[in-house]
Amino acid sequence: MKVPISWLNDYVDINVKPEELADALTMSGSKVESVEKLGEDISNVVVGKIISLEKHPNADKLQVSQVDIGRGTIQVVTGAQNISVGDYIPVALVGSTLPGGVKISKGKLRGIESNGMMCSGKELNLTEEDYPGAGEYGILILENGLTVGQDIKEALGLSDTVLDFEITSNRPDCLSILGMARETAVTLGVPLRKPEIKVEKEEDDVNEYASVEVRDPDLCPRYSARVVKDVKIEPSPKWMRDRLKAAGVRPINNIVDITNFVMLELGQPMHAFDLEYVKSKKIVVRRAYENETIKTLDDQDRKLDTDMLVIADGERAVAVAGVMGGANSEILDTTKTILFESANFSGSSVRITAKKLGMRTEASSRFEKGLDVENTINAVDRAVQLVEMLGAGKVCKGIIDCYPRKAEKKAIKFRPDRMNQFLGTSIESDFMVNVFRRLEFTVDEKQMLVTVPSFRPDVEREADLAEEVARFYGYNKIEATLLSGKSSTLGRKTFKQKIEDKIKNTMMACGLSEIYTYSFTSTKVFDLVNIPADSQLRKTIVISNPLGEDYSIMRTTTLPEMLETISINYNRRIEEGRFFDLAHVYLPKDTNAGELPEEKPVLTLGMYGNIDFYEIKGVLEELMDNLGITNYEFQPLKDNPSFHPGRTAYLIINGKNAGVVGEIHPEVAEKNEVPQRTYLSTVDVLALVENSNLSVNYKALPKYPAVSRDIAMLVKDEILVKQIEDTIRQYSGKILENIKLFDIYKGKQVPDGMKSIAYNITFRADDRTLTDEEVGKAMNKVLNGLKNNLDAQLRE
Amino acid sequence: MPSSFKDEGFFSHIRRIEKMRDQLNNIKTQAENELSAVTAIQELENLRVKFLGKKGELTSVLRGMGSLSAEERPVIGQLANEVREFLENKIEEAKKRLVNSERNKKLADEVIDVTIPGKRKILGTKHPLSIVIDEITEIFLGMGYEIAEGPEVEKDYYNFEALNIPKNHPARDVQDTFYINENVVLRSQTSPVQIRTMQSKKPPIKIICPGRVYRSDAVDATHSPIFHQIEGLVVDKGVTMGDLVGTLEIFAKGLFGENSKIRLRPHHFPFTEPSAEVDVSCWACGGTGCRVCKNEGWIEILGAGMVHPKVLEECGIDPDVYSGFAFGIGAERTAMGRFNIDDLRLLYENDLRFLRQF
Repeated sequence: MKVPISWLNDYVDINVKPEELADALTMSGSKVESVEKLGEDISNVVVGKIISLEKHPNADKLQVSQVDIGRGTIQVVTGAQNISVGDYIPVALVGSTLPGGVKISKGKLRGIESNGMMCSGKELNLTEEDYPGAGEYGILILENGLTVGQDIKEALGLSDTVLDFEITSNRPDCLSILGMARETAVTLGVPLRKPEIKVEKEEDDVNEYASVEVRDPDLCPRYSARVVKDVKIEPSPKWMRDRLKAAGVRPINNIVDITNFVMLELGQPMHAFDLEYVKSKKIVVRRAYENETIKTLDDQDRKLDTDMLVIADGERAVAVAGVMGGANSEILDTTKTILFESANFSGSSVRITAKKLGMRTEASSRFEKGLDVENTINAVDRAVQLVEMLGAGKVCKGIIDCYPRKAEKKAIKFRPDRMNQFLGTSIESDFMVNVFRRLEFTVDEKQMLVTVPSFRPDVEREADLAEEVARFYGYNKIEATLLSGKSSTLGRKTFKQKIEDKIKNTMMACGLSEIYTYSFTSTKVFDLVNIPADSQLRKTIVISNPLGEDYSIMRTTTLPEMLETISINYNRRIEEGRFFDLAHVYLPKDTNAGELPEEKPVLTLGMYGNIDFYEIKGVLEELMDNLGITNYEFQPLKDNPSFHPGRTAYLIINGKNAGVVGEIHPEVAEKNEVPQRTYLSTVDVLALVENSNLSVNYKALPKYPAVSRDIAMLVKDEILVKQIEDTIRQYSGKILENIKLFDIYKGKQVPDGMKSIAYNITFRADDRTLTDEEVGKAMNKVLNGLKNNLDAQLRE
Repeated sequence: MPSSFKDEGFFSHIRRIEKMRDQLNNIKTQAENELSAVTAIQELENLRVKFLGKKGELTSVLRGMGSLSAEERPVIGQLANEVREFLENKIEEAKKRLVNSERNKKLADEVIDVTIPGKRKILGTKHPLSIVIDEITEIFLGMGYEIAEGPEVEKDYYNFEALNIPKNHPARDVQDTFYINENVVLRSQTSPVQIRTMQSKKPPIKIICPGRVYRSDAVDATHSPIFHQIEGLVVDKGVTMGDLVGTLEIFAKGLFGENSKIRLRPHHFPFTEPSAEVDVSCWACGGTGCRVCKNEGWIEILGAGMVHPKVLEECGIDPDVYSGFAFGIGAERTAMGRFNIDDLRLLYENDLRFLRQF
């Protein structure tokens, strides 16, 4: 909301500098986004009139001009070709500055003295919107009859300071100069002067010209209208154009400008119909018919539906209510009789209509916030008053006002003690009452009741009153206190949160860096990681209004984002990378039954570079160790289509599948532009949480020495290390302390299809030193077990 | 008078003592000279044997003591002991000298280039968003808050309606929301966790809810359709707006430094009343104005307010008995401010050269 200070000054005396005003209003709740000083960078540029033009004696393309600048005549050499004698033009005098820091000084052009510069619109940083002709190439030709010598900023209406406010959605009353004047008056503690609205002369009765019927009062609680005859369409006067421009609205003609002026001043959107094109001179406010169409003012054909409210005449729609007028009743240069509409439409109806039609207009964005139903009469009276002031037509007597159900006023109980208790303040009740009154609330001090004006729908209960008091008292005067801890709470993380911390810490200690990835993705990613067409994972939560196909579903797998991360890094020539992501996948449940999806936390690991399967597996083993999970194992996984069939394993915790770890399938590597030897793992975080054991029980250090034995054996290739270890465990008895694999060998001296495996086995007892005999017995059992169960050949 | 005086060999006897004394002194001088010239441990051992060994020179001198009288023996004996002791000390000294010089030689041989880079373990790094979220979480854990969590795919009721944002409320436009269907959204704020907590727990409630939220903003240097918020909620008897101010002051000091100040500006949120936007004094210039704060001295970091009575009522909490405050901060903006990150996209791109800086 742009508010020119000069306009604000009409209703309130501003006794501080613009910056101070901006600060004060920001701190009382109207946030100033910018303070723009119009024409700030233009100085010493005046209106000049060209008295003579002669060819430059030494240059074909230059002209020498004598220019009247009021207090004398100066000689200016110019290259412009679009000027003639008698033109009014902007002249930058010697010592002037122009936008962009340009300074004008005295000089000679090809031997002829030049004491200034004629300016183009561009040189003054003006556009066609600011002044007609400003967008054209060449010197800006001003309108005739300006005062020669006048500062150009005054002549062009550039001497104002404009505050741009961010108005929150609950305060439509502040979307008006008068509303901001009210805030200003209370903030600065100065009186508010409202404009005096009255019409001097009225002719004929409005009812002779038009009638109004509201068929859907639920969507249009009030419709007020007045008629003006003998209209003369012409540009509005400079003061009005300057105001509109400063507020960011382009002047069009006197009638349209008046509707815009009233909207800005009082916050009530207005519309003017050419009554000649309103069939039967009848305004009907109704829901649109099925498949009804209208061509709006922007020349677009709009298809309407029965939820939308239109303004119609006896035959057809002439406007989409609260959104935009129709081209069929537009104000033209020939318009003679007009009807000013000043109506109150249902905010949500306007909002839905504007959204469906994809046309959010200044009017619709105001209506949808819910406007003051009591403001329509004021606004329409103000409009005809301006018609009279501008001599734009003759005002007809009377107002058409359809207002079937008068809105009730809200009265709120007000307890100063309770409010102070709530705010943590000790503000005098007089101060509170004064704030309310200055905001035009009515206060009944006997009953302690505050009645809220109709333009403040946001104030509904005592907490709202407390905010009004607090913001004018000053939020920053509220004393900072600490919670009085009558019932203290224990701040701590849940077990799951602790496990998540531990997971992250373990990952980082193992050299993996944490990544953050998007949780929505494209349906294309399933093919990228070879997920079969009939997989459950392809059943997803679909976003109905996504930013694009790439972000259209909630992910059910985290592999694609990890691969994308690896791809980005690999393609940027980063040789090696280790990453982890602790995030959710979203698995749909029965949404028809209104169930939300399962949001399953997943730990995803990704590595590439000088890395093999056993490194990523090692990270998982460290993780198990750190979380106190002992009952886990890895089992070969040959048929996960995303992974290499011979280099992938299930992670089984407590007998249940809890994750996958392996080398990515070469085809997947290719599709995702990652190295062939890329290793990924996904782990179900809840399985980790469920099986973690963070309690620590100290175990006594051993008192007796350990005995260790080395064995080496030949086994068939397909025998897994796990089988060997299980066998050793099974046969070595209670005294087994540790098994350590120290060599696997294939090649010379080892027959084809076999491998040589060597272990170091440690035995120890808690209560005695083991004898050779004991250890020898255990070893014999182990060796026999290996021979019998796994067909192992022992090597000497 | 000693009987030996009667002996005619008296003088030859005197000579024998003299001779032994001379021999001992010679051994002493000779050994001293030889010891000072020794350069290796083995040589030293040889010398020890030579002078002090069983067949050594000192021993052979002492063997002649048998020919001395009982009065003479202690004299020579004492001298011999002195010489032995002297030699033993000298040998010990020489040994120390040799060990030292040998050790020094070894040390000199073992010199390495200490400027060669060390052998490092690769440590992983925590994502800057996690760093910020963890720091904020720590501050509030210390003040007795619990960490609450809730779903990201959320019912419209929790995300909007219970927060005093009915259907078609203009505030819904401010946060362009992703919808799954009419009643399910991707949460546009972490506030639904507050509703869920208030509906399932009785006051006193002190929680913070860090989490991922979604808004339909196209990706650019300052916007992302996915981002993270940390919200806080306190509900109890007698909670005041002054308590909110005090809590936010501590929070700002904890996150932005001991000298940080805060400033509250009135604002509007549908779920709080009164509502405020909260600025912190610029962490780069301390409030005097600089590029970071666009010369304002303040940087907006939070939204906050007193929980709206309608929201309390919706959660079955009587606003005449209880009151509360809530606040919310964006993790991305905080991280960008803290670490001087100029493009939000970096946070989701995961370039290792970026990640490893944290």
